[in-house]
Amino acid sequence: MGVNNKEMNYTINLFGITREIVGVSQYQLTLDSPANVTTLLGHLKEEFPALKQIKSLLVAVNSEYANPEQAILPSDEIALIPPVSGG
Amino acid sequence: MKASSWYATKRLLCLDINNMLTNKEKQRYQKHLLLSKIGEVGQEKLKAASVLIVGAGGLGCPVLLYLAAAGVGKIGLIDKDSVDLSNLQRQVLYSINDIGQAKVAVAAQKLQALNDSIELVPIQENLHAENAQAYIQQYDLVVDCTDNFSTRYLINDFCVQLNKPFVYGAIHEFEGQVSVFNFTNAAGVQGPTYRCLFPEQPSELEIPNCATNGVLGILPGALGMYQANEVVKVITGIGTVLSGELLMLDLLENTSQKIRVKRRPDAETLIFPVHETPTPSHCEITMLPAEISVEELAIKLDEKEDLFLLDVRNMNEYEICHLENALLIPMNTIPEHIENIPKDKPVIVYCHHGMRSASVIRYLQQNHGYTNLTNLVGGIHAWAVEIDETMEVYQ
Repeated sequence: MGVNNKEMNYTINLFGITREIVGVSQYQLTLDSPANVTTLLGHLKEEFPALKQIKSLLVAVNSEYANPEQAILPSDEIALIPPVSGG
Repeated sequence: MKASSWYATKRLLCLDINNMLTNKEKQRYQKHLLLSKIGEVGQEKLKAASVLIVGAGGLGCPVLLYLAAAGVGKIGLIDKDSVDLSNLQRQVLYSINDIGQAKVAVAAQKLQALNDSIELVPIQENLHAENAQAYIQQYDLVVDCTDNFSTRYLINDFCVQLNKPFVYGAIHEFEGQVSVFNFTNAAGVQGPTYRCLFPEQPSELEIPNCATNGVLGILPGALGMYQANEVVKVITGIGTVLSGELLMLDLLENTSQKIRVKRRPDAETLIFPVHETPTPSHCEITMLPAEISVEELAIKLDEKEDLFLLDVRNMNEYEICHLENALLIPMNTIPEHIENIPKDKPVIVYCHHGMRSASVIRYLQQNHGYTNLTNLVGGIHAWAVEIDETMEVYQ
């Protein structure tokens, strides 16, 4: 794991407004270095600048809340969950 | 009060003769009494319980209907709105004859007709910073059925402060979230709060709500059912309360997912952050602060315009670099230093990138009547990059 200089594919499940911003419910992100939650979010925000506007964005890895520094493997199930206000 | 002791108190209350079921109630709740997990003891707990439902809209309607039917002894319902024709697609308590009338008044009347053995307390107000504590402390638990972030965070913060559990529900188009926050289980373990998932309150501008986006009318019905179910579980102590987990439902694909979340050790310190000011009336778009670019500011300073420069970063940031003659008042100490911020001349507020300063401006405008504040776009970082190359840039 964590092999450098090798393309890695991450699958990210999107919810709420993030789904609208990205335009799909599941997004494939290819990176050439290992990622943690912060770097993964950084890449997504670079590709979709509208994501930067969301102050609190929950990242879940394998159905569990993930801290910013948590490492992510391509086999992980990643979810991007924004707060929702409707009622 | 810890939930374990909360349960104990409830159990004591259940011995109260007032909470014993009448013959009529035994008939009404017959199907609950037949469930061994609820039975007469569980039904008496429901009768002894008091629940405050914040919001009598899409989520509030099903929650109210089913909790009234289930026999929750005292139900408070708070909402300032009146019934509108566009509500009827999902707010199933109301009909065309109710249009223009206060939702809580209509709801209380219909719910009392459904169950005459419970107490209903209609409150035709918005929940806001001034009344939240007084209302929330009168109830055992709160159900968050609101449609805006400022009230959601207000509920969270007061429930954490007053140690009350609350049942959260929120909807977006075809999907929704449910959880029970600030719940202490029988073993004394405290579950997460809303801020453990989403620490910072988003502005209504960054995330749309049903007022601007559409919502499938059935969605709040489905989510409200989950909320009502959690209320009954918390009160009666049956099953596994949805604490420590965020349940996400998607009605289009019929998928559901539970995300495990732990309580942050600093959960108590996250509440009532100084830079967030809940708006009293809901769905109000916060006024955007006036802005100035670093180039414009450089010209004004060159021309010796009489400007007051306010730096709201921390001391260590100020020591790295700051604008000449700027006064440092770190954001979290602003409320104690209001008298140092003039109202009689233009004030340029800045921070590292322009976010904290914008929050400070909103706070000062809303709470202290300032009208002379301008935000420096891009903050000191932009100044260092665009104007003063000798200035140190930091992360």
